[in-house]
Amino acid sequence: MYVAVVFLPLLGAFIAGLFGRTLGDRGAQLVTCAGLGGSAAMAVGIFLDVAVGGHAQTHELFTWISSGTLDITWALKYDTLTAVMLLVVTLVSFMVHVYSIGYMHHDPSVPRFMSYLSLFTFCMLMLVTAGNLVQLFFGWEGVGLCSYLLIGFWNDRPSANAAAIKAFVVNRVGDFGFALGIFGIYYLFGSVNFEAIFAAAPQHAHETVQFFGVSGNAMTIICLLLFVGAMGKSAQIGLHTWLPDAMEGPTPVSALIHAATMVTAGVFMVARMSPLFELSETALMVVTVVGATTAFFAATIGCVQNDIKRVIAYSTCSQLGYMFFALGVSAYQAAIFHLMTHAFFKSLLFLGAGSVIHAMSGEQDMRRMGGIWRHVKITYAVMWIGSLALAGIPFFAGYYSKDIILEAAFGAHSAVGEYAYWMGIAAAFMTAFYSWRLLLMTFHGKAHAEDRVMAHVHESPLVITVPLMLLALGAVFSGIIGVGAFVGEGREGFWREALVVLGSHPALEAAHHSPWLVSLLPIIVGAGGIALAYGFYVYMPAVPLGLARALPAVHRFLLNKWYFDEAYDFLFVRPAFALGRGLWKDGDGAVIDAVGPDGIAAATRSVARRMAALQSGYVYHYAFAMIAGVTAFVSWYMFLYQG
Amino acid sequence: MTDWHLLSLVTFLPLLGAVFILTVRGDEAVVARNARNVALLTSSVTFLLSLGLWFNFDPTTANFQFQESAPWLPGLGINYRMGVDGISVLFVLLSTLLTPLCILSSWEAIKVRVKEYMIAFLILETMMVGMFCALDLFVFYMFFEGVLIPMFVIIGVWGGPRRVYAAFKFFLYTLLGSVLMLLALLAMYFAAGNTSDIPTLLAFNFPASMQPWLWLALFASFSVKVPMWPVHTWLPDAHVEAPTAGSVILAGVLLKMGAYGFVRFSVPMLPEATITFTPLIYTLSVIAVIYTSLVALAQEDMKKLIAYSSVAHMGFVTIGLFAMTQQSVEGALFQMLSHGVVAGALFLCVGVVYDRMHTREIAAYGGLVGRMPRYALVFMVFMLGSVGLPGTSGFVGEFLILLGVFQVNTWVALFTTTGVVLGAAYMLYLYRRIIFGKLVRPELKGILDLSLREVVIFAPLVILVLWMGVYPTPFLEMFHASVAALIEKNEIARAATTAATSALALAVH
Repeated sequence: MYVAVVFLPLLGAFIAGLFGRTLGDRGAQLVTCAGLGGSAAMAVGIFLDVAVGGHAQTHELFTWISSGTLDITWALKYDTLTAVMLLVVTLVSFMVHVYSIGYMHHDPSVPRFMSYLSLFTFCMLMLVTAGNLVQLFFGWEGVGLCSYLLIGFWNDRPSANAAAIKAFVVNRVGDFGFALGIFGIYYLFGSVNFEAIFAAAPQHAHETVQFFGVSGNAMTIICLLLFVGAMGKSAQIGLHTWLPDAMEGPTPVSALIHAATMVTAGVFMVARMSPLFELSETALMVVTVVGATTAFFAATIGCVQNDIKRVIAYSTCSQLGYMFFALGVSAYQAAIFHLMTHAFFKSLLFLGAGSVIHAMSGEQDMRRMGGIWRHVKITYAVMWIGSLALAGIPFFAGYYSKDIILEAAFGAHSAVGEYAYWMGIAAAFMTAFYSWRLLLMTFHGKAHAEDRVMAHVHESPLVITVPLMLLALGAVFSGIIGVGAFVGEGREGFWREALVVLGSHPALEAAHHSPWLVSLLPIIVGAGGIALAYGFYVYMPAVPLGLARALPAVHRFLLNKWYFDEAYDFLFVRPAFALGRGLWKDGDGAVIDAVGPDGIAAATRSVARRMAALQSGYVYHYAFAMIAGVTAFVSWYMFLYQG
Repeated sequence: MTDWHLLSLVTFLPLLGAVFILTVRGDEAVVARNARNVALLTSSVTFLLSLGLWFNFDPTTANFQFQESAPWLPGLGINYRMGVDGISVLFVLLSTLLTPLCILSSWEAIKVRVKEYMIAFLILETMMVGMFCALDLFVFYMFFEGVLIPMFVIIGVWGGPRRVYAAFKFFLYTLLGSVLMLLALLAMYFAAGNTSDIPTLLAFNFPASMQPWLWLALFASFSVKVPMWPVHTWLPDAHVEAPTAGSVILAGVLLKMGAYGFVRFSVPMLPEATITFTPLIYTLSVIAVIYTSLVALAQEDMKKLIAYSSVAHMGFVTIGLFAMTQQSVEGALFQMLSHGVVAGALFLCVGVVYDRMHTREIAAYGGLVGRMPRYALVFMVFMLGSVGLPGTSGFVGEFLILLGVFQVNTWVALFTTTGVVLGAAYMLYLYRRIIFGKLVRPELKGILDLSLREVVIFAPLVILVLWMGVYPTPFLEMFHASVAALIEKNEIARAATTAATSALALAVH
């Protein structure tokens, strides 16, 4: 069971991918869904055994890379952290697989799509079950590859191809840091296996190393390098630019990869490496600031976007920021808790948006929607549930996880914790605002679509709505069920050795004793955000337009996503191509070749011309030259050996 | 196995095949058919025989195995001596694997002078295998330079329109290196007391004053073959003009000759000089990685792009070899194998579409995935191998190199790792322009997917790339003992150098 849970999706991917044409669409869907269904059932069993029963275990498969003292094994490690991730990944992935049967049924390459989805799930499972950093890296790059393939799934669209490459390359920039972090860990610990690293970590806590001419605390440097990787994968500010573009992929992909699972890999990685991060105050501080800034910054952009999927994408980016600052204040449990609840309600929102897009014949622009709620009641209801959970309205899943994160940030009693708290509160306000802006623009008000489209608006079939309803259950109940074990009284017995928190980082404990206003504020601003959205988009629709007109610079700044793409294009992309062309034409062509081979060739030709003049054709010329040569040779020989 | 003379058999069997083809007479079509069949049969049998090396090799020792010796020029102490150790054995296998695949890939592409083409390829195989097996300086030199002759002929006769320029450029670069290398080999022969026996030379300590000169002379030859920046400019031209199979061997095996020379001669025989010149190698290699990756980004010709990427990947190799840690050297050797397979396969991929459309212009393609799904999949696997995705052979080599070099020099590791980002950019960009997008060009509408023959060529390479990526142990195992011996020798030299420097410092004070 412990091995099959990971490899069933791979098997499904292989069968659907290689024999898709023989199996047909139906066969491919059946094989992959069966694989995932089996995997999800086993994940439930493993969760009960490992997380509830307390039987953490590692299954070694075979040696991967062995060289000198480096020894890397393919191993599946199961502890509570893995079990939680396993459950989330397989459940959401199973729902998405089933949903895709309905959503993608018009597409000409269904087997390829199902195969990629299953392959992705396999890589994600390899990532969360990794027993060493390099296997984690395998899963990490593997999900990146699948994300690349799925973003570019409609590969006749130039924009999809561009987005796919952008996602892969930006992630590689993050992986650059991650890889250096792994090398640094091997340098320090002589191993890349988690158990060995974690056991030895306290001894190396105060060691100083010199990397890249910078000398500093070893843990800080290593953790920051690893964190660069996490920023890439989890789309934190600076390396986030690929995520909104990734919405070029089919909607089920956005739900699975770019909301519920892959983008949370960075959060998972930092939580997994908690024994190291705990030892570096500086690294934790950086994580907090980056997370908090991302939460705020992405929310501001989410407020003005008009593409329904992009709004949710920026929302994802912002929610990941919450998870990161939770990690940064050492409330790892809260971060993973939010990761889980977020996986349910965000995939619900994405799939719901997909259902809307499906109903609107492919339209994604919210300005051309509106007034459709009567026609798509189930979708409408689940979108409400998802939004309530996202906005952190009491008793929905997001309420429990977001509240505890904000309380923990406040409870950290540090400057960065305070910064995170206020950024988080501001983001919570905007989250509620853009969520209801989305709901109101999409479902309410006047219909802005053409009559032809409106006539077509219909509720999706059961194969789409059933997964939605199941995920809605998760969005409602996962918080209230999990709160005790994840972050409440039961947390010690639940997490056991999976997460390490030093006694000097009591943020989570303090969270349970925060002042009432601190706990209440998120709900108040959430309600305020909803009220503002109603005010803007139901009662006074002139205000947002007027606001945009009154502050054109701010509006444009937000609409253009703080100009990150333009800046990167100007700073990196165009110079790289220009430099490449310059080095090729001028470096290789005008310098190396001109001085080297071509230059020598030209010189040889001119010598040859002069030599040709000597070849006069008169026999006595040649005879003279020969005699002179022989004389010279003989005299040289005699001087050398007799002198 | 010793009395089988396995190494000589593997080395000279192709030559025998070539002689046999030479004797074929008759109608041109009949000759061509017979030449193809004989070449394929000979090279396949050679490959099967070479598997005997794999199965009977003892990876626990660093000694040379399957040794053979026969007097050649006894008056001068020169013997015909053959043998392989953990470093060279897999390169013999790489050569014997790629040759039959090359012959198969030329099955329909080569239409003129088929007989001569097949003879050239079989001679080429003999030279390559002999080069990796030679245990005598002069036998080595003969094979090392001998490889170039059939390669010149292949480029010069069956090459593209600018083949003469390409062959000429290659010749100019090689010429100077070869002369200096011959001088160095002669000097080594005399210095070690008139012996050209490589195992003896490996144990001999060359005087420290002599080492830098010998090292530089060898460097002149090996760096061109690698090729290292800035003596790499022959490679793109040679690749572009060579026929597909020529490119495969060029990238797959010939580029490994320079690195093999470093690891067989420069590093173990001249350890002090190696330490002195390591910064030079680092600098040139780092420049190669970044410079050629950027240049690859701007290419418009598929073969040129892959040629430049080869220079970048070989930059990783030279860094790994000179970082002198167990991981980096094993990684470098593994990367050489992996690059042999991946780059060879990528050139075959270019050959597939070139055979159909007769252009290598990237802009002439686009949207092939619709018409050629099998081709798209195969190309994807090798593209990912080149990018170094974990699970493919490319990752294992790059990872070990970078991990190893990080232990000795973080700056070099930092700069080299940027090559990983750039590598992803140029390969994905290439793949996108050829495979993805809308198929708009009318001439592409009728293009056909891989034929059975092509599937047979690619299947072993795909399996190899994934096998080496997921379970590289059988390959790495071969290296362990020999690399450990190499590093031990280097460490002794390093200790001696440090002691000498500190003694000098003491004397000065």
